[in-house]
Amino acid sequence: MTTAPKGVDNREGYQFAGTGEIFSYTTVQEPPEGYEEQAPYILALIKLDEGTMVTAQITDVVDASEIAIGDRVEMVTRKLTAEGERGMIVYGYKFRKVLERL
Amino acid sequence: MTPTAIVGIGQTPVGEHWESGLRDLAREAIRAALDDAGLERVDAVYVGNAFGATISSQSQLGALIADFAGLKGAETFTIEAAEASGGAALRAGILAAASGMVETVLVLGVEKSTDTVGTARTKARSVSLDADYESIHGMTPTAQAALLMRRYMHEYGVELSAFENFSINAHANGAKNSNAMYRNTLKPGAFGKAPMIADPVSLFDSAPDADGAAAVIITRADRAADLVPQPIHVLASTAASDTLALHDREDPLWLRAVERSTLAAFAQAGISAGDVNLFEVHDAFTILSALSLEAAGFADRGHGWEWATTNQIGLTGKLPLSTFGGLKSRGNPVGAAGVYQAVEAVLQLRGAAGANQVQNAQTALIQSLGGLGSTAFTHIFQRA
Repeated sequence: MTTAPKGVDNREGYQFAGTGEIFSYTTVQEPPEGYEEQAPYILALIKLDEGTMVTAQITDVVDASEIAIGDRVEMVTRKLTAEGERGMIVYGYKFRKVLERL
Repeated sequence: MTPTAIVGIGQTPVGEHWESGLRDLAREAIRAALDDAGLERVDAVYVGNAFGATISSQSQLGALIADFAGLKGAETFTIEAAEASGGAALRAGILAAASGMVETVLVLGVEKSTDTVGTARTKARSVSLDADYESIHGMTPTAQAALLMRRYMHEYGVELSAFENFSINAHANGAKNSNAMYRNTLKPGAFGKAPMIADPVSLFDSAPDADGAAAVIITRADRAADLVPQPIHVLASTAASDTLALHDREDPLWLRAVERSTLAAFAQAGISAGDVNLFEVHDAFTILSALSLEAAGFADRGHGWEWATTNQIGLTGKLPLSTFGGLKSRGNPVGAAGVYQAVEAVLQLRGAAGANQVQNAQTALIQSLGGLGSTAFTHIFQRA
């Protein structure tokens, strides 16, 4: 599950702003089946600005040397996994470092 | 609760048993426990197992194992709680014996986790996480331990080397245990150079997946004294749960289920942390040892790691941990791990632990965790 912000019913839909900061992270060297292509990939706990924490990959970085605990991140939609060559492609959320706005 | 006691124990060596099936390992541990108790029959069999239906393609373990081990006709149950399956089966068996409805209960933990390798095994190991919110992102139990460990090091300003002695201690004890999977000792400094699985969790930080089976036989304490010369009394049996997903915890660095079940166990046993002579901690990762010492009340918050650096956890230390090698060196036969802890605690309390003996061990605490503390089963045993 993902816990709703305080005062919000956990079973109701809730729209997050999609921004937050890195609470912790790691680089996965031994992926489960279905994630081999992406390995090594960075997984993180993201503390959203609403106070809720989520699990997600950090994307759009070369490696973990580019990130640190406390970095600002924003949600993006990415491919999570594919169920074989002919199976379903699963899309979902990942997070990237907040881009500088020009 | 009607007092209960352990009257028989059995175990197979822990390792890669490619030549034996679940039923073979189970039979070996069960026959050893029956011999130890001097019994032919039991009334009920509780099986703790995590991967029967996935890695072993086998469910209905109760009937299969009871039949194969010569206990056909006994009532049987299979209990799954990820890595805490063994602890869960132990509690269920104790409740059954304490209820008075069943006279003699055999609790078995059995696992074959090495019949798959590589990414297939990592996938099987990850089914205990939240499928929709964790596993879908490629999360694994090792990566979760890494997330906790990095945050712990960040918040408390602790270096990686501070965790080293948890692994060194486990291997020093496992080296003396003929049933242990990895009987090598770990040289100081090797921990920091080991290859990373999910940084900062390395190969020497993480317990190895293993196969094995362990069994204990439980009956009412008043009956136990007539059966065997040295029954070991069950002083407490407790359990608690926390959120399944790590990210749902308000305070991820505090193992709430460990705190709850340990406090309840101390209350049930009428003892305090200072009365514990040894602690079979769920050391699947060193960070779990540190966090468990804190949540169980042995160390202050943020200071669990100091027990390792000041070497208070050796066989002659203030609180010996993982006295037969723990999950780290004895090996982690997942759903059987909690029953191995029980067998090892009984050996300590009987004074039959050989080279692993903790002197004057009177009271032992054992704790089996499922997920990163999503479930905790805590037991306290005492010598009569």
